[in-house]
Amino acid sequence: MSRMSESSLFQLTAVRFLLFVREPEAIFWIFVFPILLAVGLGIAFRNRPPDVLPVGATTPQLTQALSAENGLRAATLDQAAGTHALAVGDILLLAIQNSAGVEYKYDDTNPDARIARLLADRAVQAAAGRRDAVRAENELVHETGSRYIDFVVPGLLGMNLMGSAMWGLGFSIVEARQKKLLKRMVASPMPRWQYLAAYILSRLAMLAIEVVVFLGFAWLVFGVPFRGSLWQLGFLCILTSLAFSALGLLVASRAKTMEAVSGLMNLVMLPMWILSGVFFSASRFPALLQPAVRALPLTAAIDTMRGNMLQGTSLAQMAAPLAILAAWLIVPFAVSLRIFRWR
Amino acid sequence: MNAAVTQISPTPRPAPDSAPSLRLRGLRKAYADVVAVDGLDLEVARGECFGLLGPNGAGKTTTIEICEGLTAPDAGSVELLGLTWQTGAKELRQRIGIQLQETQFPEKLKVVEVLRLFRSFFRRGIAMEEAIRIAQLEEKRNARVGSLSGGQKQRLAMACALVSDPELLFLDEPTTGLDPQARRHLWDLVDGLKQAGRTIILTTHYMEEAERLCDRVAILDHGKIIALGTPQQLIASVGGEHIVEFAVSGHVSGDGHVDTGALTAIPGVQSHRVDASIHQLSVSELHIAVPRIIAALGEQGLHLSELRTHSASLDDVFVRLTGRNLRDE
Repeated sequence: MSRMSESSLFQLTAVRFLLFVREPEAIFWIFVFPILLAVGLGIAFRNRPPDVLPVGATTPQLTQALSAENGLRAATLDQAAGTHALAVGDILLLAIQNSAGVEYKYDDTNPDARIARLLADRAVQAAAGRRDAVRAENELVHETGSRYIDFVVPGLLGMNLMGSAMWGLGFSIVEARQKKLLKRMVASPMPRWQYLAAYILSRLAMLAIEVVVFLGFAWLVFGVPFRGSLWQLGFLCILTSLAFSALGLLVASRAKTMEAVSGLMNLVMLPMWILSGVFFSASRFPALLQPAVRALPLTAAIDTMRGNMLQGTSLAQMAAPLAILAAWLIVPFAVSLRIFRWR
Repeated sequence: MNAAVTQISPTPRPAPDSAPSLRLRGLRKAYADVVAVDGLDLEVARGECFGLLGPNGAGKTTTIEICEGLTAPDAGSVELLGLTWQTGAKELRQRIGIQLQETQFPEKLKVVEVLRLFRSFFRRGIAMEEAIRIAQLEEKRNARVGSLSGGQKQRLAMACALVSDPELLFLDEPTTGLDPQARRHLWDLVDGLKQAGRTIILTTHYMEEAERLCDRVAILDHGKIIALGTPQQLIASVGGEHIVEFAVSGHVSGDGHVDTGALTAIPGVQSHRVDASIHQLSVSELHIAVPRIIAALGEQGLHLSELRTHSASLDDVFVRLTGRNLRDE
């Protein structure tokens, strides 16, 4: 054995790594699950050809006029049947012929129905002889980086880094405490900081694998863009993982049972799953909540990762969320070192 | 089995100086509602195998954990190998070996991996293979902890305490929960360690274990030492080297009451007590006393329903001192 492999820090780190690798469930949740989730979301939110919107009309003439529009699929219905079809969502709009002209019946809070209203009216007016005053041409673009999958991949990355760091630290620390292993460790000459440092070091080793596998998959299969510096993205992943490791350490610093630590973990993570913009933009929450939402570590992590990957923003332009992440690294770490229960 | 363990050759130690391996003075520790250790004074000489004996809750584990520097006493002083935890903690951690009562090593680690980890904490010590051999885990060296039997796990814990070749070894209830065979196996192991000249301090609530292993024992009850000496001295203190137990059923005449005065008047009978309608007499000359005891009971019109004798043990010492049975605790 070389000198390095005999050192206690190396041994502690190696043991952490071995214990992780020998836990098949952990491998699944950390490596396989995020990929499955990305695939599922990629399929569900794939970019489809523009929808053809179903509409109804009360006369055959009106139906014919509407059918001339490519974006609509029209059927002839009497007013009662049409109103019912509208109510159950079979059609988005009912065009009713009356003595004065045409009346459109639709739900104006449904965006698709509003589009149907515009298309239907255009078709009806065109059939009646209206001509465009200005000639217009369309050039269609399908930009990568603006798709849902591009948006959600940095979100999933952040969520995954949070989960693996917190579960990884929290569970194994509490398990060691429960099984009196922590007590046995401090009864030996092992420096205590090395025990905690080993968690961080093994976490970083796993992080490298985790991030490369997940982002590599997103890049190869979905062509998710990487517009910013990869080094800076790597730095963001490390900072995020360290911040959540510190939080995991804090959550695990006193808990004596697995039940207690699971409850605390969920209490800490659940608000972030909802509020931090993993699946939809965090800016959708009311302005009143925004300061709190912005202060969450996962919001800061995901914002900076989206900035890097989708907009190519450099670290220097994201000082505020970086400062938030750094604070989430330093404060929980300092507090947990003070209150950590070794037995 | 014994032959293997006696080969342990400890590395040369500093010449024994006058300081004892362990010196406790006025040790006290109270938890919220109980006084766990109540004014303990104790000295353990170098090379001695010393047993802290007592029922569960007597304060054994609290005492040994204060010695191990894991629990701070409320009052009193602890000195190990001439050092204290306040000033010499780092040095002490290197020089003592500790086995805790209920350490569970990670189930998915292999035996060698656990030992390699613990070996890495110490500046000096024995080779890992040596520790595996002492603990007789050669065949299990690549087995995962989760697949070991209770006795093997305990021997692994022992090996972890030995990797540093410690001068002073603490074993907290090393055989609790083991089957008789695994227990004897562990005793052989401790025998080997004693012969290598280590100081060993162990706790147990098995009196026979203390008799078998320890040069000296302290019997603890409610945080106090109630007896201290070699097992032989303590057993002799009961007064007789034999215990006669009997029970009476029904009565031919009289009120069925046993006249204890008549029994203790018999030459060789030292004392009498009753526990759960079993009468116990400590007796020095069995062959003379027993016929007379039977005769005396007959004279009182009592019918013997049970009679048995055994050699006095530390159990009887405990019963004598506390009036309680150790096994009832």
